[in-house]
Order: sequence, then structure tokens, then C-alpha cells
Amino acid sequence: MTTSVPDPSQKHQRREHGLMLALVSPALLVILALIVLPVGWLAWQSIYNDGFTLENYRRVFTEDVYWRSFALTFEISLAVTVIALLLGYPVAYLANSVPRGWSILILSLVVLPFWTSVLVRAYAWLALLQRTGVINQLLRYLDVISEPLALVHNTFGTVVATVHILLPFMVLPLYASMQKIPNDLMQAGASLGASPSLTFFRVFLPLSLPGVLAGCTMVFVLCLGFYITPELLGGGRTVMVSMLVSRNVELYNQFGAASAVAVVLLLGVLAIFCVVSRFISLDRVLGQK
Amino acid sequence: MMRATPARIALYVISALVLVYLIIPVLIIAPISFSSARFLTFPPPSFSLRWYQQYFSNPAWMQATRVTLTVALLTVVIATPFGVAAAYAISQSKLRIMRLIHMALLLPLVVPIIIIAVGIFFVYAKVGLVATMPGLVLANVMLGLPYVVISVLAGLQSFDPAQEMVARSLGMNRLRSFFAVTLPQIKSSVVAGGVFAFISAMDETIVALFISGGQYQPLTKRMFTALRDEIDPTIAAISTLMTAASFMLVLAASARQKRSG
Repeated sequence: MTTSVPDPSQKHQRREHGLMLALVSPALLVILALIVLPVGWLAWQSIYNDGFTLENYRRVFTEDVYWRSFALTFEISLAVTVIALLLGYPVAYLANSVPRGWSILILSLVVLPFWTSVLVRAYAWLALLQRTGVINQLLRYLDVISEPLALVHNTFGTVVATVHILLPFMVLPLYASMQKIPNDLMQAGASLGASPSLTFFRVFLPLSLPGVLAGCTMVFVLCLGFYITPELLGGGRTVMVSMLVSRNVELYNQFGAASAVAVVLLLGVLAIFCVVSRFISLDRVLGQK
Repeated sequence: MMRATPARIALYVISALVLVYLIIPVLIIAPISFSSARFLTFPPPSFSLRWYQQYFSNPAWMQATRVTLTVALLTVVIATPFGVAAAYAISQSKLRIMRLIHMALLLPLVVPIIIIAVGIFFVYAKVGLVATMPGLVLANVMLGLPYVVISVLAGLQSFDPAQEMVARSLGMNRLRSFFAVTLPQIKSSVVAGGVFAFISAMDETIVALFISGGQYQPLTKRMFTALRDEIDPTIAAISTLMTAASFMLVLAASARQKRSG
């Protein structure tokens, strides 16, 4: 066999590869220039300022402001995830167990808020929750309270609005995983004498866990980086990590510190995706968005 | 089949409450926008179009609306062909690196948007793209790409590439066979991807907060700044219009999808 003669099929394959790479390159260039390069820039800026320095990271890990913000962000994200799961599971379960027409209606109601801007919904929650807002007026009218409750410009308002925005990201993967659970299994459980609650907890719930994991990951990760809602509804007291980044850039011109916070946040998010991808495929997590 | 056990009733009640919680904020905006009151009172004292008037007669809001619509349109025009080409290559090519490229194209969904925003701000500041139209469009193209790629890849999954082979063996070149055979069959997923990209560009706020300025501020940036200061019902009017616009887009896209598939 001689190898000097070019194999026509090999040549064809090389052309094919070249064409495919050419097709994908415009999109890839945009991503490289506007995500990979900027994130790389942030990473560089966080460790380099007229020479290498870990000063920014030292600040992030030792100064109180940063610690408190990271802790608060973690707590809020955890709370939001748990609440979203508790609210989302029944809805997904119901959508999965009713006739098709009804489940389409339920799912449409779930994704309806998806199509309204996050800003619009922040505005709506301000209108609902503020001191002179709809809820306070209603409660006063019904004589439940005499003084308006502080429902917004605090952590409570932030959580209410954030759960609202992230709930669809919980319900959709839950529903998708429930759809894959064969109905026969439940009937088998029932025919063997198990009570409905026993079949639910021993058969249905474990089988829906991939959806639980996918939904919780998405909600938790999105919440970690949330910006608009805490900024508008948190009243300046609920300083989440994203606000720390923006304040360091906009108010204090602390680019190095902002970059270090961003890098820590990003590493946290990537670590979560890494761990989760050992249990379920990431397509399952991202596919919903 | 389903008896009304207590557990079942509880399920209905909880689900209904959750759905109300999901829907109320979307529904509350429209009545506020048609209210004559300066401050929020519910129910509104009387019907009025003054907030819409205020919106349409304010040059700053109008300029911002023009910026938003231009950016969203240009985003679709650029992100859709880029995304379709990339999705086609990813689904057809056997190159190993395509898996990696596929993941790279989904990065805008993985990296927290605030990090993207700050990073782009630093890069733009170096190359002079801050507060420019091209800078704004480019950022939105990047953010819209994953939606086009995901949607078109899903469309291509149910497409048999052998059909394109047949067209080519009958003498069509690759480009023509793509436009004549492949594209018509994945049209609805291309349209859906484009609509997602449009809505994403229309709603995008965080990146715009950092990189837009001067006369090239989109609607969302102005709304955000206005919301930080006070609750102005003009924003309810704008919100109602924006919500109506994205609903109509989604309905149009899904009606299309139903007809063609």
C-alpha cells in the first residue's frame, strides 16, 4: 500500500470538515469574543494589577461585606429553590395526571409569565407589595391589619418576586421527568395493595428525582446570579453577589475586586454544574430554558 | 378514575393557588396602566389613557423604543443565520470538536448574566464600543444565539439528512439543496428560534445597563432607571405594550408551528 497517493474519499472528508467548521465559525466567533474573552479578561484583571497580586481575593474572602453578601446570596438561593420545589411539584404533578387538554392549559399558565419581561414583573410586584399597594390595601379593607405591612424593599419582597420568576424553570423539568414515569408502575403498586400515598412515596417520587435535580439546579444557579429583582425589590439592604459586582464597577471603580467576586461566583456555578452532570445529563438542565 | 380524596382536593387547591400567584402579576399591570390615578389605587378610580399619552409624547421614551426595536430586529437578522448555520454543522458533522463547540454556544445560558455584562463592559471600554449601536447589537446576538441553536437542533433531529443527499445526487449543489429541501422542513423551528432571539433582545436589561448610554439606551435601561427612583404608571403602560407584543409574537410563532407541523 502506498500512502503518497491522496485518497479521494479522504480529500472529500477534509473538505466536508472544512465546510462544517466554516459554518459554525461565525457563531463561535461571537461567543469567543463576547463571553470567553470577557470572562478571561475578568479572571486576568482579578489577579493582575501592575504585577500579580492576590489582594482582591484576600479582600473577598476576609472582608465582612463580601462574606455577608455571599452568605445572603446562598441563603436566598436555597430558600428560593426549596419554595419553588414545594410550589412547583404539585403543579407539575397535577399537569401530569389530568387529561391532555387540562395539562396544556396548566402548562400554558406556567409559561405565560415567561413571556413577560423580568422588569415588567418586578414592576408588578412593586405595585402589589408596596405600602400603598394592592395587597396592603386589601388587607386593610378587610380589617386584617391596621398598619401597612413592609412587604417589599426587603428580603421578603425579593424572595416572593424571585420565586415567581424562577418557578417555570422548576415546573417544566419536573413535568418532563414525570411524563417518563409509566402509569403501569403506579397501577402495579396499587394492585399489589399499596395505598396511593405509599405508591407515591416509594415509586413515583423516586422516579421523578431526575426532574427535581434538574429543576433545583437551574433555579439555584439562576438565582445565584440574579440582579434585577434584588436591586429593585431589595431596597438596598438585600445586597446579593451580583449587586456587589455592579456596585464595585459603577460606584467604586474597584475593577479588580468586582472581577474577583465575578470569578468566585462563576467558579461556584461551574462547580455546581460539574457535580450535577455526574448524575444527570446537562442537556436536561439547560434544555428547558 | 380519580376520586376526590382529601389528598386530591389539597392538590387541586394548592395548584390553583400557585397558578394564581403566577398569573396575578401579569394581569395586574393592564388595569394600572389604564387608571387615571397618579398613585396606585386598586380598583382604579376611572379609566384614562393619560399614561399611554405620556409615553407616546415623551421623546426620550420614543427614542428608547426605536433603539429597542432596531436592536431586536438586527439581532434576529444576524443571530438567526449564524445560529442555523451552526446548528446545521453541529448536527451533520462527525468532527469530535463539534461537541465542544456545541457546549460553547450554550455558554450564554450557563454563565451568570451579570458576569457577562461586566466582562463585556471591560472589553468594550478598551475597543470603544460602549454606548454604541453595534456594541449593543453584538451583545444581543451573543445572548440570542443559544435559543436559535437549541430550537434549530431540535428541528433537525426529526429531519432525515438522507433527503438532502438525494437532492444532491440529483445534481443540486449543497447550498441549493439546503434551501430547497432542508430549510422548508425545519422552517418552524427556525422561526421559533428567531422569535426567542427577538424577545430575548427586547427584554435584555442587565448587559444594556452596563454597555449602553447616551442616545443608544434601550427601553429596558430607561425603565430600570425610572423604577429605581419612583413608581411611575407610564411604566405600566409601556409594560402592557411590551407584554402584548411578546404574547402576539409567541402566538404567531406557535400558530405557525401548528400549521406546518
